[in-house]
Amino acid sequence: MSNQEFKPVLLGRVGRPNSQSLESYQADGGYKALAKALSMANTDVIETVKASGLRGRGGAGFPTGLKWTFLPKDINGPVYLCINGDESEPGTFNNRVLIEEDPHQVLEGIVISSFATRTTTAYFYLRYEYGRCYRVLKKAIDEMYANNLLGKNILGSGYDLDIHLHRGACAYICGEETGLIESLEGKRAWPRIKPPFPAIEGAFRRPTVVNNVETMACIPHILNNGPEWFMSMGIPKDPNNPRDAGSYGPKLYCISGHVNKPGLVELPMGITARDLIDKHAGGVWKGRKAKAVVPGGISMGFMSEAELDTPLDFAGPGRVGCLGLGTAAVIVVDDHTSMVDVLYNACRFFAHESCGQCTPCREGTAWSTKILERIRQGHGKLSDIDTLLEISASIGTIPGTTICGLADGAAWPIKTAINKFRPEFEEYIKSGRKSEARQLAGAH
Amino acid sequence: MSELSENAKKVIEEHLDRYPNKQAVTLPALHIVQEERGCVSNKAMQEIAEILNLSSAQIHDTMSFYGFFRTEKDPLGKVRVWICRSLPCMLRGGEELLAELCDRWGIQPGETTADGSVTLELAECLGACDGAPCMLLNDELSLCVTADDVQRISRGNA
Repeated sequence: MSNQEFKPVLLGRVGRPNSQSLESYQADGGYKALAKALSMANTDVIETVKASGLRGRGGAGFPTGLKWTFLPKDINGPVYLCINGDESEPGTFNNRVLIEEDPHQVLEGIVISSFATRTTTAYFYLRYEYGRCYRVLKKAIDEMYANNLLGKNILGSGYDLDIHLHRGACAYICGEETGLIESLEGKRAWPRIKPPFPAIEGAFRRPTVVNNVETMACIPHILNNGPEWFMSMGIPKDPNNPRDAGSYGPKLYCISGHVNKPGLVELPMGITARDLIDKHAGGVWKGRKAKAVVPGGISMGFMSEAELDTPLDFAGPGRVGCLGLGTAAVIVVDDHTSMVDVLYNACRFFAHESCGQCTPCREGTAWSTKILERIRQGHGKLSDIDTLLEISASIGTIPGTTICGLADGAAWPIKTAINKFRPEFEEYIKSGRKSEARQLAGAH
Repeated sequence: MSELSENAKKVIEEHLDRYPNKQAVTLPALHIVQEERGCVSNKAMQEIAEILNLSSAQIHDTMSFYGFFRTEKDPLGKVRVWICRSLPCMLRGGEELLAELCDRWGIQPGETTADGSVTLELAECLGACDGAPCMLLNDELSLCVTADDVQRISRGNA
């Protein structure tokens, strides 16, 4: 189907009057998918989600149904579902819109997923900054309890579930699934060494599934329309690559930075970055050209202008040296902007958000920021460029020096900015000029 | 005299049955106290520890990890204003906005105006990149703001 004909699925109800209310959600067919799921065996719900090819929307793209099957078969005692609403990757705001505008779509997905995984307590971990989301969710959850959609014996099925909202405290690392679990448990959000993976030992040392908000929003539609419908959208798996799981379904793309119309767009997975910018974001602002584009949150690194015809599916960004699709948050940088300033901003973010547990990450993110600070002061040396590359090759789970992927996310903007824009860094250092961008003595 | 109000204690205790252990109520308790008092004092920390059957060092360990919580030496003003400086906001004037507010209020990020009305904070991505530059007032986002907007919104809430 062409993108012009595409009818939004996840954003289908956004903008309707009272889109947040249970009444309007049910008038639009809401909670029918839940009734259907509750009439099925929980394992059949898992099989349906597995068959749809749905991959997690939080950044790693792990197949959702498969993740659920990693729970032990015979479990005595509780299983937990944690919803990762800690959306903090720079450029990303799709979960915010989904929750604020259509909370019941997300919550229906959570109840279905909880039933599938035999969870009776779900924790919705929400970043503190999303206060409006918190209040919208609180109201929606109250409506659900009042209408037998949560609590005991949901819709007469014999299935019980409670959902508890849990607010974060402004720390990016809580979006890492085991950091989230530690934070939920009331500790500092230091990610855990894996294995054991959460499916075996997660929250409160019990089998746990951690799923993203947008992933949850997909679930009711898969139950209603079937796996084949979901697979009719997006990019099929590469027949020549047995490890490719395909990129199916609708996807929310966040577009920000130097475009005329920043915003949230829903499309079948696989649109190119160029079409996304030109056809769905009004093009680059001020009649300028793009210099660099982030495909999926800054931890994925940068694409150059010449790479903008890359499809934004799970496999596309990796083919041009980026870390992956990430959160599909596209940030456009115009050709009047210095890549030194852009990379400095990215490095400073990771230095601020490193949890400090692993030395290579704590020190690597801090030193890469300091080196770029020095370059911006006009005191850079050409050898700084290779030092930055060396740092980026030494930190992360890929070289095997850190517990979690935050440092890989810190490394990728460095690698891609320098590999793709090296002459600009060299010219900047040789000129000895100072950045025109303002600098503040940060409090943190 | 107790540092935690009766209401704060009650609300903290209401959280206990949501989790399989008491430690999980640490973050909710810290939020409840800071919302009420503008900081979490040492004494409050000890009282939270008592309710949760923990050592106050465990509460401190968690609290100090999240730059979000303030000690009694460094309490919040009446309102807390966060200005985003991450890439999408930086590309659309977030850094200049933060610098302008520092100039107007005569404070650095993290500090509170002399009259105690506003605490200014720098934020990493607030998740409102569609409305860059954006701000957070306490926990409400405002999109596409100017320095005048920030001042108006802050005054309206202080």
